[in-house]
Amino acid sequence: MRSQSPFLSQKKRGGMMANHVLTQPKRRKYRQYDNKMGYLFLSPFIIGTVMLTLFPILYSFYLSFTEFNMVGTPSWIGMENYQEAFTNDPKFWDAMKVTFLYAGTGVPIRLVFALLIALVLNKVVEAAGIYRTLLYLPSIVGGSIGVAIMWRQLFGNDGAVNSILATFGLPTHAWLGDPNTAIWTLVVLYGWQFGSSMLIFLAGLRNIPTNYYEASAVDGASKLQQFFRITIPMLTPVILFNTVMQTIQGFMAFTPSFIITQGGPVNSTLLYILYMYRNAFEFFKMGYASALAWIMLVIIAIFTALIFKSSEYWVHYEDN
Amino acid sequence: MTSKQKKLFKKLVQHVGLILFTFIMLYPLLWMVGSSFKESSAVFIDAHKLFPEEWHFSNYVEGWKGFADISFTTFYKNTFIIVTIATIGSILSSTVIAYGFARIQFRFKKTWFAIMMMTMMLPFEMIMIPQYVMFNWFGWVDTYLPLIVPTFFGIPFFIFLILQFMRTIPKELDQAARIDGCNTITIFTRIIVPLVVPAMMTAAIFSFYWRWDDFMAPLLYLQTPTKYPVSLALKLFSDPEAVTNWGAMFAMTTLSLLPIMIIFFIFQRYIVEGISTSGLKG
Repeated sequence: MRSQSPFLSQKKRGGMMANHVLTQPKRRKYRQYDNKMGYLFLSPFIIGTVMLTLFPILYSFYLSFTEFNMVGTPSWIGMENYQEAFTNDPKFWDAMKVTFLYAGTGVPIRLVFALLIALVLNKVVEAAGIYRTLLYLPSIVGGSIGVAIMWRQLFGNDGAVNSILATFGLPTHAWLGDPNTAIWTLVVLYGWQFGSSMLIFLAGLRNIPTNYYEASAVDGASKLQQFFRITIPMLTPVILFNTVMQTIQGFMAFTPSFIITQGGPVNSTLLYILYMYRNAFEFFKMGYASALAWIMLVIIAIFTALIFKSSEYWVHYEDN
Repeated sequence: MTSKQKKLFKKLVQHVGLILFTFIMLYPLLWMVGSSFKESSAVFIDAHKLFPEEWHFSNYVEGWKGFADISFTTFYKNTFIIVTIATIGSILSSTVIAYGFARIQFRFKKTWFAIMMMTMMLPFEMIMIPQYVMFNWFGWVDTYLPLIVPTFFGIPFFIFLILQFMRTIPKELDQAARIDGCNTITIFTRIIVPLVVPAMMTAAIFSFYWRWDDFMAPLLYLQTPTKYPVSLALKLFSDPEAVTNWGAMFAMTTLSLLPIMIIFFIFQRYIVEGISTSGLKG
């Protein structure tokens, strides 16, 4: 009944609706289609999506099979870019390893931190708002160039970290100059910005009905049991959302490595997007960079699908 | 110890722990602010000290002069132009689109909604290369157009945010307005828009942050230093090879974060609500 009318004129449909209502007075829920208005209001989105997302993504797919340096026209080279990346480019694998290490450690650190602090703040009644505000501050400023520059000096040879170590008589270290430690300064910077996940967890915790805890306490559940049987399961939808978004964000990191370590030393902080950026805008290998983008896009898609697919085993949804 | 004392003691431990933790988390920021007031040559002597021996405000004056005869007045002006236009563009377009999704029934709406959710997950980095090639065809490189024009076609995250808010407005209001002679467009402008102002505010604040921090797009598109926004200028100003005046560098870094922090402390409530609702319902 609902879909029969979308392309009929307003007048004709009005009549049919009236009829419909007259003959079935009890069914009051009907949908009124208004394609003209619908598409009018959606037009910025549709135009934007087609021009600024759909076309670029398809064009990038095409470019990934070409050689193109921004001058002249792209020339078709088939699978060569992909072959080059997988079989003949050690830097590609460096970037892959660095990025997986970065996201694979940074995301869990950030989420665990966010969850722990949210649990503590949820219990503290006095001044919880002040702590929440102050602990959210790193998230607010963390993505900016200013903080990246500050971080570089903080972990620099003469920076505050070494200075603090020295005052306690501990050995100092060239954090940014050592290939083994440079990436960890970036991971710490990523973990430091746990604020927005913390806020989402806090909101999630507030949504758990208190009578769940009361009822389980009557049944003799311990605090630990309550945590694992009520708090964590009730939070799983929020954890799922956070894991997906943070993982994508982790894979896309660029600024920290671009500003703090420039990918070095010896490519130990060469994040994938930085490597892609260099190929595109420093070496002008647009075709190769497009192939790199597509490889990452597939990885993100697989990861997101895996997380969602696995969610049926660990995410708990309320029955309603 | 009585149970009351025990409780008090537990609270005390909790607060001491939290204060200590918060201090450690904020230490880098405090250190940056402190260093911006230190004498340039003293920044890295006893670098851990938060407070300078003497307060030097001259770092800010020196830093503001910028580089290559371009002062930070220019960079801040550029940033304000970009941020203002981009924010207005994204909020206006996103509100219009959200209304289409929230209140109008039309064919393939579900499909479009699914597409919107997908574009929300698609990171900008994945399409920046073809977009660059495209804007290069348009002759838009070294102009603000690539930074501004895309915002006028809606930002999926903002559409979603405003849409969620619109859903909480009772449909009876629309129906009553329709009886009073409003049509789809006037319902939008007279009834819905005034009611979703809080959600628009939230979106505007997020937009302000993102545009203020945005580094990738200016890095790709802007070549003339007089057109640089603060983020890009700061990068050049602080290049380790070029910097001699560390105090000034810290001063300008601190200053670049100030607007974000001010907005944050004023509009906290909107941000917290925005994150909490969009996060939960994503």
